[in-house]
Amino acid sequence: MTTTENTPDAGQQPAGVSQALSDFSLDEQQNSLSDVFRASITRLKSGDLGSVPAVLAIVALVAIFGFSRPDSFLSLLNFANFLDQASSVIVIAMAVTFVLLLGDIDLSAGFTAGVSAAVLATRLQDGWPLATSLLAAFGVAIVLGLFTGFMVAKVGIPSFVVTLANVLLFQGILLLIVRDGGSVRINNDFINNVVGGTLSPAQSWIVAVGGLGLYGLSQFRRQRLSYGSVPMSLVVIRLAIGAVLVGVVTSLLNQNRAFASAPEPITGMPIVIPAIAILVVVLSFVLDRLRYGRFLYAVGGNREAARRAGINVQWVEWSAFVCTAIVAAIGGIFLASRVNSVDSNTGANDTLLLAVGAAVIGGTSLFGGRGRMINAVLGGLVLALIPNGLGLIGKTAIFGWEVDFSSSGVKFICSGLALLVASSVDALSRKRTA
Amino acid sequence: MGEAMPETASSVASAATAVEPLLAATGINKSFGPVHVLHDVDFKVFPGTVTALIGDNGAGKSTLIKCIAGIYGMDTGSMRFDGDDVHIASPRDAAELGIKVVYQDLALCDNLDIVQNMFLGREIVRRGTLDEHAMEMAARETLASLSVRTVKSVRQPVSSLSGGQRQTVAIAKAVLGKSKLVVLDEPTAALGVAQTEQVLELVRRLAASGVGVVLISHNMNDVLEVADRVCAMYLGRIAADIPTGTGVRRETLVELITSGSSGSHGLVDGLVG
Repeated sequence: MTTTENTPDAGQQPAGVSQALSDFSLDEQQNSLSDVFRASITRLKSGDLGSVPAVLAIVALVAIFGFSRPDSFLSLLNFANFLDQASSVIVIAMAVTFVLLLGDIDLSAGFTAGVSAAVLATRLQDGWPLATSLLAAFGVAIVLGLFTGFMVAKVGIPSFVVTLANVLLFQGILLLIVRDGGSVRINNDFINNVVGGTLSPAQSWIVAVGGLGLYGLSQFRRQRLSYGSVPMSLVVIRLAIGAVLVGVVTSLLNQNRAFASAPEPITGMPIVIPAIAILVVVLSFVLDRLRYGRFLYAVGGNREAARRAGINVQWVEWSAFVCTAIVAAIGGIFLASRVNSVDSNTGANDTLLLAVGAAVIGGTSLFGGRGRMINAVLGGLVLALIPNGLGLIGKTAIFGWEVDFSSSGVKFICSGLALLVASSVDALSRKRTA
Repeated sequence: MGEAMPETASSVASAATAVEPLLAATGINKSFGPVHVLHDVDFKVFPGTVTALIGDNGAGKSTLIKCIAGIYGMDTGSMRFDGDDVHIASPRDAAELGIKVVYQDLALCDNLDIVQNMFLGREIVRRGTLDEHAMEMAARETLASLSVRTVKSVRQPVSSLSGGQRQTVAIAKAVLGKSKLVVLDEPTAALGVAQTEQVLELVRRLAASGVGVVLISHNMNDVLEVADRVCAMYLGRIAADIPTGTGVRRETLVELITSGSSGSHGLVDGLVG
């Protein structure tokens, strides 16, 4: 009420008016393409790099590996195979993004994935229908998440310590479920096809065109609501790039990519592409469009401010661990689907480290408050490209030294260095904005 | 006030009768264990005016504000707000009445933008999802009503703002929605000269829009520049409650803070003279 009364007052001061009109110049003026470009450059300079380093890394890695092994690395078979390799790390990276946003960490997300995959596999083996088996798997994941969240949010133990203990705890549960050294086969086609399965060429086109259409709709909606701050030309350019990319990738994937000696041709889009796309869209919706997502960012950004704003910080933290566990369980399905079985190593070893690494390389901050789901995808692609490409380079002589790039040692060192570089970027950009 | 200052006393009295105080706290006592922090404090805030609350560290300013904001309960005393007897038992009660406090640390989320910060905890939700457009419009309207001209875009993250701009956002956040009384705790303490000027101008505009403003400050220049009335606290008592229009000097205020009395103003032997 007071605001409307006050506006004429302000109008009586000529200086105030002319200034007031320019108040939100950036919001109301019709931005041109170059304005938007300049704004992003300013944002980059201010230290908010987002996922730019990850995109650059992907381009650089593809260029390096493509140049040195054009036949094998750039083959269609390797492209599809590489997506399958990356998928589970990407999904678990999306899972840990929830707690990373709060500035927490979940070191046991890999084993949460392993345990729920084991529950799923044993239920299916016992003849349970798929739906109830999935329900059981997600139920167990939710219980694990509730437990972790309780320990962190209510008891107040640092998440690093709780989830470190959980690594042993959950690994023990996994061993008990699959029995020492055992392996549980999965004979369910739906589960087995998530990773490794392909759509038919016709289905691939439907998915491609449908996805592009939805992307276009969301872009147009954003343009309409921005009242000119997002220029139409930018939307058109984005859509055009998207259309070309999707079109080229889909038509390439619809060609036969099997070896010449293979009994059957392999065509169509790998199912992991639409599966991960749906996950990204749904989880980004939670983070960007729901109040809950806003609370996650607020608690991660300034816990005290969030508390004073009336946000139940404990509840947000507790539920974030449950979200992580649920998405990790989906990651568990991806892990199991890749090898069509679950054993004591499902979700173990480097799975979790790669997942946290993927999120951070993609631009999600370890300090909380900054991060997006798409970062997990980009970072996951970087971390999958490194071993994939190095494995194909194999033994090479560099300056007279014989180096075996396909050895695990070299792969680990390269992945570790990539993670260090990414977290340095995170820490340095934080210093700059602070 | 006593007979020494008949003009002032009568002018305050006439102001009080002409305008009903927005907030009238009477006879507030507050103890923390054996420590008696507030002694029979009477504190009034009038709508559309800036009341400066000054006093040395430990004089009881913060305690008084926290009683008004519902963070502490008071031991004895009564409060009238906007013409009604009120009992403020929690910060939520205070917020519902339209009493907002901007604390010194501002409590902003650096990673969120201005709109997101202003609506934190009271987001506008339409059909289950955040209504960004409505929030952006309301934020812009609030900033415009305060004639804020230092912010380029309401979608800027707070991390990119200067200290003065942050203070502005924190004040705008407090003003957003229905607010009748805004308490500012040391709003200029960490600011440079130009930014202090901006914030003080904002304080004046805030009062001009009809809101009652309480300004806690250690800077006597700021106080004399924007305040309509000054309440000086000394050892848990209100030492003086004087209008600034009558040529109050900086030295008078400093004396009130340090010794509780200055010339005809202030406490005499622990009592209001």
